Amino acid sequence: MKEKSKKVRMKRSAGDYAISVTTYVVFALFALVCAYPFYYIFINTISANDLSERGKILFWPQAVHFSNYSSVVKIPGLLQAAKISVGRTLIGTVLTVLLAGFLGYMFTRETMWKRKFWYRFIILTMYFNAGIIPWYITMRNLHLINNFWAYVLPTLVSPFNIILVKTYVESTPRELQDAAEIDGAGTMRIFISVVLPIIKPILATVAIFTAVGQWNSFQDTLLLMSKTELHTLQFVLYRYINQASSLASLLTSNAGSEAIQQALATAQTATSVRMTVTIIVVTPILLVYPFFQRFFVKGIMIGAVKG
Amino acid sequence: MINNKKKLRSYREFLYILPFLILVAVFSYYPLYGWIYAFFDYRPPRPFSFEDFQGLKWFKYLVDNPVRLNQTLSVIRNTFVMSGLAILTSWLPMVFAIFLNEIKCMPFRKAVQTITTLPNFVSWVLVFSVAYNLFSSSGMVNSLLMKMGVLERPVLFLQSSEHVWGSMWLWSTWKSLGWSAIMYIAAISGIDEELFEAARVDGATRMQLIWHITIPSILPTYMVLLMLSISNFLSNGMEQYFVFQNAFNKESIQVLDLYVYNLAMGSGSYSVATALSMLKSVISVILLCVANKLSKLIRGESFM
Repeated sequence: MKEKSKKVRMKRSAGDYAISVTTYVVFALFALVCAYPFYYIFINTISANDLSERGKILFWPQAVHFSNYSSVVKIPGLLQAAKISVGRTLIGTVLTVLLAGFLGYMFTRETMWKRKFWYRFIILTMYFNAGIIPWYITMRNLHLINNFWAYVLPTLVSPFNIILVKTYVESTPRELQDAAEIDGAGTMRIFISVVLPIIKPILATVAIFTAVGQWNSFQDTLLLMSKTELHTLQFVLYRYINQASSLASLLTSNAGSEAIQQALATAQTATSVRMTVTIIVVTPILLVYPFFQRFFVKGIMIGAVKG
Repeated sequence: MINNKKKLRSYREFLYILPFLILVAVFSYYPLYGWIYAFFDYRPPRPFSFEDFQGLKWFKYLVDNPVRLNQTLSVIRNTFVMSGLAILTSWLPMVFAIFLNEIKCMPFRKAVQTITTLPNFVSWVLVFSVAYNLFSSSGMVNSLLMKMGVLERPVLFLQSSEHVWGSMWLWSTWKSLGWSAIMYIAAISGIDEELFEAARVDGATRMQLIWHITIPSILPTYMVLLMLSISNFLSNGMEQYFVFQNAFNKESIQVLDLYVYNLAMGSGSYSVATALSMLKSVISVILLCVANKLSKLIRGESFM
């Protein structure tokens, strides 16, 4: 009897061991597959460009230099695109967050006229979509073609954000608002001095989602912006990949007949520009994400429960 | 008197949000009016006119001659294949979460979770850039294989019409797997620890714990997400397919959303594109309602 139970335990631990090892290996491999492409591109941007061009840089950087980053800034249009990307992310995020906070709070005010109806009016928009042509023509009628505000206005009121904030406000003690009300505070006063300070955590979640969305947005530029001054970094990167020839003509090649080894190592190539811009575009996400991961997770959880 | 004051306040609160309701009306509801283009002949820059009523012409146009019928069918086929693959493999995040939960070394687990969720937050343009740098004719994979002597000429991964479905599925799985698993990880951490304890006392193995406790506990979450993906069956989104499309793979990569874009912006067929996207929206809403009903039947709870 005793021996039998020992045998069972032995068998179990052998099976467990096999599972453990396999799990560790599979997860490590998958993590590698997720991380290596970005690492590969990064080490190529800081290695000698002639080595990189010949596919010599695979595991670690060689002949490290940073001139790719300093020279990429001089490409016409790139700095402007960066300004647009940063601008839409900052302005879009600040306005969207403020509005999500305000509307999320307002929809918890039971005193509001036809509150439930208007709440549904907004939430319903999550479930249908008119399609790109009607949308495009609407934007044209509103004179938002080639207009910076087209990046900000259409996504200003987001049902998902409102759900997040409303759920959060409802989970905070109602007595705080009631007490302020007895002290004579109005709807706005309560929002600014009572609600706003306590909903900061959920606003952080909304902010981080909005900022990533704004930074990554591509389709609106594609559809609405023909003026190059309004192109975003994402769009410029897309153009650089698809029009390698036109990119090459943008580069002032210094690899002429008298080119020396040093010049070759730092001369810009279509590949080096593409990779450098890729790293510039991905860096904000890489920097922000690990620190704010918990906010993302919180957002998806509340959204899942309520949405 | 007090009643009056209350009423005033309730209207005033409504006035506070009115500007934003108008914003929603303008950007989400007003475009629906554009669906009428599907029934008229609208070709910008010529102004829209109510004289050009065409009835259902543009709906029939999609199927009325063999060439166009073929085109429409291939778009539908691509859409069904991409969505079908996604649904067939929708259990992957669940398995990912279950086994990640088996890892007892916390730093490793945290690191894996952070790294594997990252691709979800980079844009499709960036994914395409990664794909280009790795798989183009001068990319890493080709130059590596040629250096090792495996290949003599570069393989044109991105320009080939073969394996498009598989590679599109791989990219979208690469991008979303870690992130989709988060929902299940949270569901697993919500399971009562006593259930596991009791089973362990009864001598259950690790696989038995997973099979008899973990999976049944997170199955409801899986069902909800499955329903949602069924309601999104026709909406693959266009960004992924747009950035990866080129003259060589167009036939296999064009899903509905991309086809609508190509029709409108490529060939200027506003009315046909509107007709198609309107059809798609209506079917999607119906699918959503069906999925919602199904979820009610299965779980006794709807998700809308």
